[in-house]
Amino acid sequence: MNRTDPLAQLKFRDPERARGLREALDRLVHQADHSPVSVMHVCGSHEQAIAKFGLRAVFPLDLQVIMGPGCPVCVTDVPEVDEAVALAKQGVRIASYGDMLRVPGTSQSLADAKAEGANVDVVYSVTQAVELAREHDEEIVFFASGFETTAVATAAVLVDDPPDNFSVLSAHKYIPPVMEIVAEMPETKIEGFLAAGHAATITGSAVFEKFVERHGLPVVIAGFEPLDVLAGLVKLMEVINSGEPRVENAFPRCVTREGNVQAQKLLWQVFRATGGRWRGIAHVPNGNLRLRDEFAKYDTRKRFTIDASALWSYAPPKLVQKCQCGDIMAGIASPSDCPLFGKECTPDTPVGACMVSAEGTCRIWHQYGGRPDLRSIKRGAA
Amino acid sequence: MCLGVPGKVVEVDRENQIATVDFWGVKKQVRLEVCDAPVDPGDFILNHVGFAIRRIPPEEAAETLALYDELLRLADEQDLMTADVRGEIAAAPDATDRTKRASHESD
Repeated sequence: MNRTDPLAQLKFRDPERARGLREALDRLVHQADHSPVSVMHVCGSHEQAIAKFGLRAVFPLDLQVIMGPGCPVCVTDVPEVDEAVALAKQGVRIASYGDMLRVPGTSQSLADAKAEGANVDVVYSVTQAVELAREHDEEIVFFASGFETTAVATAAVLVDDPPDNFSVLSAHKYIPPVMEIVAEMPETKIEGFLAAGHAATITGSAVFEKFVERHGLPVVIAGFEPLDVLAGLVKLMEVINSGEPRVENAFPRCVTREGNVQAQKLLWQVFRATGGRWRGIAHVPNGNLRLRDEFAKYDTRKRFTIDASALWSYAPPKLVQKCQCGDIMAGIASPSDCPLFGKECTPDTPVGACMVSAEGTCRIWHQYGGRPDLRSIKRGAA
Repeated sequence: MCLGVPGKVVEVDRENQIATVDFWGVKKQVRLEVCDAPVDPGDFILNHVGFAIRRIPPEEAAETLALYDELLRLADEQDLMTADVRGEIAAAPDATDRTKRASHESD
């Protein structure tokens, strides 16, 4: 085994190309006029690929690749979970994607409500929730999570004449506005963003052009193969070093400048972007996707009077107060900075939302390991 | 969740905007109304929560499929990415269900 070359220990589909990209990345990071260079990605699937394939062992020491608010389940805010829990406890049947069940509300999660007898179904798609509504006479509320990619599917079923007993409690989020918030946080020092390939399949790369203009930070769209991630980072470093921030598409086999126009039309026909809090991060102007008035009939918030106040007379346990999910999602802290990570907080006993979702940074690091401490390893070896 | 999963189009029902799509031998029905381009049998599509969000031309599919081949080959039940891909396949109804339903309707 070649101990000095982590690349040799990782399996790449095309090792030669991986080597070339790694060398390019090394060269570009060394050419930067300062160190370290910090860049952020905003996608749970990117973090999964980086952690699963051990890419941080291959990155140059002076390059920090940080996961930002890329987990839609994790940023679902406490009051949104409370709405779903309150409805469930009122006897309304709730359907949602699996990860949403264990996301903590003020005092309970949907899973807690289910354990107490509430009717909560896990579905893999919004279409399955509609099927449930067709098969039953009772009201079915789809508690909808996900970024724009997933919101398109919700939009598609709402224009397709769903049954009258179906409604949507939207916790859908829109990624471009939160990048503006994180870019301006003084603590982050982010110099560029890696945008998620499949979300950009829908939005197109053009959606980031205004962001680049406003913040002077480059955005590179990257795919999810280990080689795609490396290629995206090489492109991002090239743009950072050039001093001319712009949008680059390093995933052209899936993403165009215009994106999927049909999907965008559907998304904005059904949803409007409105401001709201993202858990642990901030109020994000235009970061929440809510149903337009034309679809009020299917809007759970218009259809039901939701009173979650019974859930609020509650002091959060001490553990929750120590949870660092907010700083982790803003890219200010790492899971390894959290005193609870891997101790009191594990996938079986999650304290914060980042340990619940398969796209949460803590959950991903807990499974695959996080950032290897290469500096101390190299010092130890020397 | 935003990974999606590619599959090969076997059959296209243009009237209902549904394709029968093969995911590693499992045939599923995937909705086409938000796909970016018309699809034909032999094309690949990227399925996300039961909807095709992009047509992948056959000549570009190999590069996209490689990651998924690796994830599904290892078949590790605990793996987050593998579970994600399996969830995306599970999101689309079985193609056999559709045949069943169609025959009910014609009864």
